[in-house]
Amino acid sequence: MEGINAKYVSKKISKTRWRPVSSSSLQQPDIFATGSWDNEDNSISIWSIGENGVSSMGDEFEGDPQLLCEYKHNGDVLDLQFLDQDRIVTASSTGAVTIFRHHHNSQTLSVSQLWERAHHYPCNNAPCTGVVCNSPEIVTVGEDGRIMLFRADQEGVLRTIEKADSSAIHAVTFLRTTEILTVNSIGQLKLWDFRQPGNEPSQILSLGGASRTGDRVPLHCVDRHPNQQHIVATGGQDGMLCIWDVRQGNMPISLMEAHTSEMWEVHFHPSNPGHLFSCSEDGSLLHWETSSNTDTPSFLQGGRNTSIISRSAIAPTGGNQSLINAWLTGDSSKGHLETTHMLPSQMLSVNSLDVLGQCLVCGTDGEAIYVNRHVPI
Amino acid sequence: MEEVDVEPTTTPIPGFDSNQKHLGFVWGPGDILVYETIYKASGGSAGGCPFVHEVRKDEDIYSPILRKLFNESHHIFVGLQRIREDLPSKNKKPQFVSISKNYRSVIRACMEELQQVAVSTQDAALATQYGNQVEYLSNFNIFCTLFVVCDPLAGSLVLHLLDWVRLHKADVDEKAREVLASESPAEHQAYWDVVISYVLQGRMDEARQVLVKQAALQPAARVMFKLLDNLLMKMPIFNPGETQTLTEFDVKWRHWREEVDHCLQDQSFASNRHLEDICKILVGDEDVLLEYKELLSTWYHFLVTRLLFSHPTVKPTELHYYAQSSMHMFLDTRSVPEPLDSILLAAFEFDIHQVIKDCSIALNNWWFVGHLTDLLDHCKLLQSHNLHFGSNLREFLLLEYASGLFTHHSLWQLAVDYFDHCPEFGRVYLELQIERVPLDTERKALKVIRICEQRQMTEQVRSICKIMAKKALRNNRLGSALSWSIRAKDAAFATLISERFLQDYCAKGTFSDLDLIDNLGPAMLLSDRLTFLGKYREFHRLYGEKRFSDAAKLLLSLMTAKIAPHSFWMTLLTDALPLLEQKEVIFSADQTHELMFCLEELTSGKSVPTPDRPMQDEDIETTKIELLRLALARNLAMAIVKEGTVEV
Repeated sequence: MEGINAKYVSKKISKTRWRPVSSSSLQQPDIFATGSWDNEDNSISIWSIGENGVSSMGDEFEGDPQLLCEYKHNGDVLDLQFLDQDRIVTASSTGAVTIFRHHHNSQTLSVSQLWERAHHYPCNNAPCTGVVCNSPEIVTVGEDGRIMLFRADQEGVLRTIEKADSSAIHAVTFLRTTEILTVNSIGQLKLWDFRQPGNEPSQILSLGGASRTGDRVPLHCVDRHPNQQHIVATGGQDGMLCIWDVRQGNMPISLMEAHTSEMWEVHFHPSNPGHLFSCSEDGSLLHWETSSNTDTPSFLQGGRNTSIISRSAIAPTGGNQSLINAWLTGDSSKGHLETTHMLPSQMLSVNSLDVLGQCLVCGTDGEAIYVNRHVPI
Repeated sequence: MEEVDVEPTTTPIPGFDSNQKHLGFVWGPGDILVYETIYKASGGSAGGCPFVHEVRKDEDIYSPILRKLFNESHHIFVGLQRIREDLPSKNKKPQFVSISKNYRSVIRACMEELQQVAVSTQDAALATQYGNQVEYLSNFNIFCTLFVVCDPLAGSLVLHLLDWVRLHKADVDEKAREVLASESPAEHQAYWDVVISYVLQGRMDEARQVLVKQAALQPAARVMFKLLDNLLMKMPIFNPGETQTLTEFDVKWRHWREEVDHCLQDQSFASNRHLEDICKILVGDEDVLLEYKELLSTWYHFLVTRLLFSHPTVKPTELHYYAQSSMHMFLDTRSVPEPLDSILLAAFEFDIHQVIKDCSIALNNWWFVGHLTDLLDHCKLLQSHNLHFGSNLREFLLLEYASGLFTHHSLWQLAVDYFDHCPEFGRVYLELQIERVPLDTERKALKVIRICEQRQMTEQVRSICKIMAKKALRNNRLGSALSWSIRAKDAAFATLISERFLQDYCAKGTFSDLDLIDNLGPAMLLSDRLTFLGKYREFHRLYGEKRFSDAAKLLLSLMTAKIAPHSFWMTLLTDALPLLEQKEVIFSADQTHELMFCLEELTSGKSVPTPDRPMQDEDIETTKIELLRLALARNLAMAIVKEGTVEV
């Protein structure tokens, strides 16, 4: 738990995202963006954990984020993604989709594009719940059950899928350049192919009776395996982590107990997908690790991993083999999964996390941002 | 009726003339709504003020810096509540001390930030406001120390008091930095202020470091400086952590004291006024101390300095005597003591209840008294003090604090844990407040529901889901509305929405929201109408898949098992028509009989034609029935033939 410090920011944080680093360089990220929610005035903020200005303070303050700039945001920030190095797309509870530009020289933010009421009901606004970017394309989803396709630098809407869902869509991710995957509040995953006309998904996967109680469990987050595009992780209301193979059948490959309340976000590590991170309403942030090829679980090897081990070697319930094959290419028989709590015990929800390189940032309803610059990857 | 402790404060309402107009008001959870009323019994409708004013007592809750305090102390508070469960009874004291330490360090961070802002702000009013907050916050520390940490016997009291004073007068360090950074520190105008301030706070090492600058400048007076430096260095400080006993320390201290006295009598420092003053301070000369009122700034600083140099081993029980005399000596006899003065005095007398009472009156936020009382209650320092209302003092104050948080747009989540630890009324408060949290997004609604579910507040869960379902219905999102009512297990509302789905089907001929209806699963059993909706959709699916006999069986069972509402039977029978018209026999003879029976039941009830129905509709209806009868008869014939054939 050492090396992780709370920074209290007087705003409940709904989203945290690292600014992407250019893939050619091996440098660690040093800038991240946060969005707030449920405040009278919400905002998006840009923070730096770089050395500039803080190096004199000594090691104790290493990584203490410094606020670079802030900009007012209408409504709760329900999602936030970097489009590229200097543009940020946000999804608002007012239904608006905004592109902000971060000017590096002057350290200011400005609105560069705004789609007001991108998501809406006949009379009211509908919250836009998720956004995903594949520059220059932007896909948003909302509580109104619509999927919208935008293009940065184009004012109009490229494509609207009306009635994509009868209930609220909670999250979206790209599977391939023309295919997206959405999760909704009745426990379904829907695949959409933009090459196909019409308003029908190309495939529906459903959690159905696989959940703990047999009820339809709302799903809140989804992330795609960075290398194997058919492998997807989702998390939902019951806090279970589900791994799916979208090519295979209608049921998750494996279900694992993770959190005791809603899982708000799940992320594969972008360059080291043997690691996965999830955060939850119960105030926990978990690091999932498929164990290395040796027979000894890594927590017995000592050294780098000094944090508390909550449950070691959880055997995934069913579909064990295929998960391991997918998630841990090579060793298939000694499949072990290890989870580690990454935050000191705290009570309020961890709403968002992002991981890049060795750096992890997360934001909570306790109005704190945590940065860990030495994630054992 | 009880006496009022202090005169209530007057809050002027802008643009309101109390001589001519009258005010009405409504209590809110944390504020009051004030509006203008028309007093005259008749007429006079013109000229009413269109504004409603919101009057709020607790301004601090909106301070972004204090918000950090609220959030951080929330952790500590919950940690404190857990101690009770973990430990049986003994050895709790170190835990409490560490909790109070945590509170103090959080406060310290908050104070430092407040002090910085107070210095940098241009707005004088804001600066004083921050200053006041700092002043009060720092007192939390001393109360914690006095009541929780202090051992009544050991002589560490003065150390704690010094710690508190240092925190309070942290501006010395700022000044010292400024002096030492200047070109010639020894000639800086604030030089002696810094040295003496350090001495007054008992920070001898720092004082000596600054003194060196002057000594280097005056080689002639080197001996004198050396002598004072020696005295400062040798001053014994009682440290309870060491093995030294109190008596040993006392002997040592008296010895040192004699040495200082000697120097004074010898007039060793007569040539330098400043050094002589320092020396007099070291022997606790009250007149000299009072000459430095400016540097001491408060009577309690005076008190602590006086204790340090005259009574370093003072016991907590003797404290109040010195406190009172110090206050009288320091303050002008004419000046009226401020509320803070009497609070501190009460604290030095260890009159805990008076402290809590006075703080409640003087402060506009319940954070301070709430947390203090809670901590003291855990330490069993509060006598059972029965209130005329509510349960006990701790719970009353915590409820007030938490209710205040709940009125805040964003901090309401913190309040939940406070309510959880109020055994008597916490739950009722939470139940009433949680339903009133404005819900803008589903995510927020889910968070609120989670809070309720964790506490088995089913009634509130139901009501929140219902609010969301209603909202969805208003926005014409039937699927969402149905999902929410399923979550609420609200059968009546599910029935209503199912009805809407069926109406839509009747109007358009197709179902909407198939993704939902096809995946109802066990949720279908929530209400009869919902079951019907799900089953009816299943019939359409079977029909679409050309599984005619399954479809027929399901259709019939919908009527015979009374799942379908009577009003819908005609539609179902019409749906049976194409099945009856199929080339092969789908309905068996028995099934056809049952269908006929259903049709008869339907038509017999409707024998009396309703007058307000248009003739055309009636015609269509009769034609439909005729067609059905024909189809049924034909099917019956075919079925009998077929079944008979099979048997042979």
